[in-house]
Amino acid sequence: MTAALGMFAHPFVRNAFVAGTAIAVAAGLVGYFVVLRGQVFTGDALSHVAVTGALAALAFGVDARAGLFASTIVVGMAMAGFARRGRADDVVIGSVFAWVLGLGVLFLSVYITSRSTGNGAAGVSVLFGSILGLSAGHARTAALVAAGVVVAVALIGRPLLFASVDDDVAAARGVPVRALGIAFLALVGVVAAEATQAVGALLLLELLAAPAGAALRLTARPYIALSLSAGIAVAATWGGLTASYLLPRVPPSFAIVAVASAVYALTFLVPRVRRSGSSASM
Amino acid sequence: MIGAAGAHASWNVVDDVRQLFEFTFMVNALRAGTIVAVVAGVVGWFMVLRREAFAGHTLALVGFPGAAGAVWLGVDAAWGYFGFCLGAALVIAGLGTGGAGSAGGAGGRYSEESAGIGVVQAFALACGFLFVSLYGGFLNGVNALLFGTFLGITDGQVLVLLVVAAAALVVVGAVGRPLLFASVDPDVAAARGVGVRGLNVVFLVLLGLTVAEVSQITGTLLVFALLVMPAATAQHMTARPQTGLCVTVALAVAVTWLGLAVAYFTPYPIGFFVTTFAFAAYVGAAATRLLRLRTG
Repeated sequence: MTAALGMFAHPFVRNAFVAGTAIAVAAGLVGYFVVLRGQVFTGDALSHVAVTGALAALAFGVDARAGLFASTIVVGMAMAGFARRGRADDVVIGSVFAWVLGLGVLFLSVYITSRSTGNGAAGVSVLFGSILGLSAGHARTAALVAAGVVVAVALIGRPLLFASVDDDVAAARGVPVRALGIAFLALVGVVAAEATQAVGALLLLELLAAPAGAALRLTARPYIALSLSAGIAVAATWGGLTASYLLPRVPPSFAIVAVASAVYALTFLVPRVRRSGSSASM
Repeated sequence: MIGAAGAHASWNVVDDVRQLFEFTFMVNALRAGTIVAVVAGVVGWFMVLRREAFAGHTLALVGFPGAAGAVWLGVDAAWGYFGFCLGAALVIAGLGTGGAGSAGGAGGRYSEESAGIGVVQAFALACGFLFVSLYGGFLNGVNALLFGTFLGITDGQVLVLLVVAAAALVVVGAVGRPLLFASVDPDVAAARGVGVRGLNVVFLVLLGLTVAEVSQITGTLLVFALLVMPAATAQHMTARPQTGLCVTVALAVAVTWLGLAVAYFTPYPIGFFVTTFAFAAYVGAAATRLLRLRTG
């Protein structure tokens, strides 16, 4: 326990906790809608776009974050824009992101061959994150971005929920379903770009899908599920960071994903318990 | 990729082709690429029809921890690919409620299953990363596992690919007709006594086998290029199942050959070329169809 508390003496651990918490809250909130709208595959595609965005920025010698945010937000909005009612077809998504990844491979090889100092490690940290390498400035940016995401979710939450549950009725009642779909995927893009820096492009889907999937299994009430989703994401991040501090050979992004997966797996036990309880009382 | 090693492309096509077949590794790469492209085309066509792209993608990514784990334990990577992909196929089949379109189709309502698939996928990738970290110091190996390499394919590997591909094609031949029926209309097929649920499991296992094969050439992240794009292109070109299947396989093979050939003469990775050619075909087919709809 003291060993676990002692880790806060290190500034890089504090930065990781600040950034990790902010990213987890944003991903948990947005992830709830991603799962509710059946757009997990879209989130998956955006995470791969983030790879290419970051690698392109590296290849051209720009700050990786510029590439990340530009690519995920633009592609997210484009996917929503081309699709019927703001939800893209999965074959289209699959074709586009396979090609985008192909571009990413090209940028990676350009980066590796053109810069003598560059090596495969850069690609690996884009893919799997480097949360312990974040500076105080990164952590502050992450917190600001997350605050923005929370405000945005608070603003569009109600109509988005309506449109997600029943888009026909929502459209009939005058909710701008299509615009909401585009705005929402832009928001997912922001979260994807932010989360790439912490857990890596390939693992951010976990932060979107696992807490939200778990929350949706535990409760049917939207606002409780929304907060539960953010709570589980934060708990998984803290648990993962602590575990990777105590077990130095375990990379933090693996630990975070493992905790989140375990929470999701545990929720499969819950409904059965409830159901057998209610049938026993009848 | 080995353009610096002395291969030079010229306008003399015959000479270019001769250069392509000059080295054993390249001949093996072409053999392996062809085998993989044929299986990927056939199974990918059914996958697109069944709208199980997300499940296919997840199975592909599961190959990464399989291969990384196998390397960590010092076993042949092929064991890791096949073992993990088949295991994941069974897990997804167990999670699912069965039937086409259940695996996270984008038009669907909130599906618990798609969240489950997402979790399986991210956890698998994280495990792969853990194995890589535990093994330590093969960072360039990670890129090869994720983005593919066609260098250093042995005769033995080609043989394994061929045997597995043949087995997969035999299974497709055996269940092809009921699978087509069950994919197009699961409800009617079930009513007519077709074992839709059993077929779903068989197909996912088939998909697992296929992605395990394709991953070994294109890398875990680019399996989709051969699995989805040729099939999606063919569906823009024809609605007939038999023609569609043939077009898909032809496209997959053509794209692989072109990709291999161009990658051989340039310093850039094969993954980029294969995905780019496949995507170009897809965009071309989609645009042609759109134009025809507008004018006709």
